[in-house]
Amino acid sequence: MEAYLGYFLYLLSLLTVGGIYAIFALGLNVQWGFAGLFNAGIVGFVAVGAYVYALLTTAESTFHIGGFGLPLPVGMAIAMAMAALIAGLIGLVCIRLRSDYLAIATIGIAEIIKLIFKNETDITNGPRGINKIPRAWEHFSEERFYSSAPMSWIATPEQWVAFFDSLPNWYWQPLFAGTILLVVFIIYKMLERARTSPWGRMMTAIRENEPASRAAGKDVTKRRIEAFVIGAAIMGLGGALFAQHLRLIEPTNTFDPSKVTFLVWVMLIAGGSGNNRGAILGAFLIWTIWSASELLIAGMIDVISAVFSTLDPSILATRAGFLRMMLIGILMQVILQRYPGGILPEVRPASPKAEKTVAGATGETK
Amino acid sequence: MWDAFGFEFVNFYLIPGLVLGCIYALGAIGITLTFGILRFANFAHGEVMMSGAYIAWTIMALVGAAGIALHPLVALPFAAIFVIGLFLLCDRWFYKPFRKADTIKIVIASFGVMLIIRSAVQALWGPNQITFVPGIARPNAWLQSVTGDAGMMILMPNKHLWIFAGTILLVVALSYLLNRTRTGKAMRAVSDSPDLAHVTGINVETVIKATWIVGGICATAAGVFLVMDTQTLETTMGFRMLLPMFAAAILGGIGKPYGAVFGGLVIGLAEELSAYPWIGDTPLLSPGYKTGVAFAIMVVMLIVRPQGLFKGRSF
Amino acid sequence: MTQPVLSLNHLNAGYGQTEILHDLSLHVMPNEIVAIIGPNGAGKSTAMKSVLGLLNIREGSVELNGENITDTPAQKVIERGISYVPQTNNVFVNLSVQENLEMGAWTRPNGIEDRLQEMYELFPDLAEKRTQAAGSLSGGQRQMVAMAKALMVDAKILLLDEPTAGLSPKYRGEIFSTIQKIKGTGVPILIVEQNAKQALGVSDRGYVLVDGANRHEGTGQGLANDPEIARMFLGGGH
Repeated sequence: MEAYLGYFLYLLSLLTVGGIYAIFALGLNVQWGFAGLFNAGIVGFVAVGAYVYALLTTAESTFHIGGFGLPLPVGMAIAMAMAALIAGLIGLVCIRLRSDYLAIATIGIAEIIKLIFKNETDITNGPRGINKIPRAWEHFSEERFYSSAPMSWIATPEQWVAFFDSLPNWYWQPLFAGTILLVVFIIYKMLERARTSPWGRMMTAIRENEPASRAAGKDVTKRRIEAFVIGAAIMGLGGALFAQHLRLIEPTNTFDPSKVTFLVWVMLIAGGSGNNRGAILGAFLIWTIWSASELLIAGMIDVISAVFSTLDPSILATRAGFLRMMLIGILMQVILQRYPGGILPEVRPASPKAEKTVAGATGETK
Repeated sequence: MWDAFGFEFVNFYLIPGLVLGCIYALGAIGITLTFGILRFANFAHGEVMMSGAYIAWTIMALVGAAGIALHPLVALPFAAIFVIGLFLLCDRWFYKPFRKADTIKIVIASFGVMLIIRSAVQALWGPNQITFVPGIARPNAWLQSVTGDAGMMILMPNKHLWIFAGTILLVVALSYLLNRTRTGKAMRAVSDSPDLAHVTGINVETVIKATWIVGGICATAAGVFLVMDTQTLETTMGFRMLLPMFAAAILGGIGKPYGAVFGGLVIGLAEELSAYPWIGDTPLLSPGYKTGVAFAIMVVMLIVRPQGLFKGRSF
Repeated sequence: MTQPVLSLNHLNAGYGQTEILHDLSLHVMPNEIVAIIGPNGAGKSTAMKSVLGLLNIREGSVELNGENITDTPAQKVIERGISYVPQTNNVFVNLSVQENLEMGAWTRPNGIEDRLQEMYELFPDLAEKRTQAAGSLSGGQRQMVAMAKALMVDAKILLLDEPTAGLSPKYRGEIFSTIQKIKGTGVPILIVEQNAKQALGVSDRGYVLVDGANRHEGTGQGLANDPEIARMFLGGGH
């Protein structure tokens, strides 16, 4: 029974983190898949979302500004808004850059954002980071929540303590995972609607043939900024959930570009850029591979260190972590070369007019 | 005058800025050539440079185990051979399949190569800092006494003199290559217009190989010079150097190697001089933001003048 | 009967899926200037690019001195002696005039010095500008550099894609007289032109292309004087 519980909780953690990555991947899909914007600074928007959420919702602390102890949903909404705002400012100046220039610029901006979080110690507690970030559902069992409104209206603190003591200590895990999956589902539904709307078709047209769209009188720049901002808002929301999941964030290791930006890119490319379902599938798949390879390698290290007793298993373990990253990198190269469309390649939203005629004429251009 | 202002400024800000500038310049040469000739921003450049430094350290450690202390500059050419091989293999495996595809594919591929190389180095050598040439670098005594007698004492360790000399040598050699040799001129021609080069009958693949070789030599030198300067090896140094090198290449104009050298020096100086107490007694910019200077210059350049100061290619 | 230097036989070709040339046939005999004229979008430049292996040939063949060179990559075609001057971007703007000519000789690196002298004699204007960047020259001079660059190899035939496009009338005349001078050195020329009247004036023969197929052919003078063609393409005559 204990063993099954372990598997169950492991599955929940896969779904939780996979879901958070799915949110990042959906955000990137709006920017890259819909609008063809090469954002290589995903980690910057994630960090903004995470920090804003953390500062707004933590209890007052002497280490950093605030915390303001705001309700969790408010923190998440403002985290989204801030990420969107920053993306809007970046978009205004950077959006017209060609793909790889945009990539360089966004990487640079993400690094500046992290640098600010690292250096403005008075606001962010610098490299030591912010801890005790409230995690949805689990936060109900914290004193500052149950001893104040609205929870205090329902029961006394003593009753709450008794209630939470009666629950298993992992009670929040299925609820948290479920919440994240629900968020993924809602974002997915909204993006699907956007994709098949006139707005989404216009995005496809712009991406495929910018000069023609421009000539047709479409405001290409404005559409692109919109996509960039929407994508960033989704990443900001993902960042807030990421902060909840981690409970402790700091600027350097938490927001390592290779584990956020790069992994999300691999997920989107593997799943199929331009396809929202592909983005979600890619996120869960790559996260599962990433996570399972850890178990696999840990098992291998046990064997190796048992055979070669002179090797220090802890050194092997850190080294092996890097091998996993390398394998993910190679996996991405293989997908890029062999399956350029990903597992679920993009399906074009057919325009209502063309829908009737397009059936017989696939493959025919002009 | 010298004592009040010049001594500190020259020795603690200007010279370190120039040293850093030389390192950025050498890295940026490879980036600008690749960008100009192969038409893509190679995100793996910093990592290749970093791996070159690790190889140089390994060569020195192996030879050192036999009881011979090897100067880093002696290990450099051997490390360069390795780096060139690495560049050519990456090209063959990861970049060549996308030669005729959208630029974006090859940029993403280089993004992946960046991670692969870094992880490989971390797995092989471990993630911790390694000391590269231990000990404190003393200022060159001769230079100190000569300039001290002239009333303008300059404190410069030998390693900095080597870095300056090496950079000048490489830039002169590069300029000979580009202006006097057939391959070098062809590199400029392809950078100018790959389509025209193609219908002129220039063997573009040969030119691409030459580009990786030149970029590889400069990148190894940049990597080894960097660790000679900081005296530590870190797996993160490649990524840390990448953006300043991009900044230098963009500042100088894409496809313009001299522009890259100039851009490198400007970025290096800007980073160091930003911490100088220009106004009052406190640093103009908190040293924590030093690395942000390059990014800021780069982003501003991209927006205001993407073709760079020397009218490079803008896409 | 002598063999044509270059012949395109019943070509169906285009870019990707789109077919632009339909059953196109033409040839160039030794020591001949041949012009391809026609309205915009008739496939004139495409016909020229088909020789260089730059597009998809579905049917038909391209022959150089009777040898089949269909689908040979550009670099090999050029090594075999077909020199091509594109319509735009035909010089390396950041290279000096002399370096441009040297690049032209890439496939034939020996004896560059002699050939450079010959080119400076053929194009005296370029001799004094040899160290200038090609990008700093006027449009007409750039066209000269482009032609000289193409002649640096032992060209068996020279392909010129709209050499006078965008040039002033003064330079146009100069280009056409240079083309005749080049013919004098024994290199046959295939030329695609918008300025049909002038082009036919210097050409031995001409082809009229419409919608990717040859509609008319005849001697340069014959076509220039054909009233139907005059009405169709020559218009007021530039």
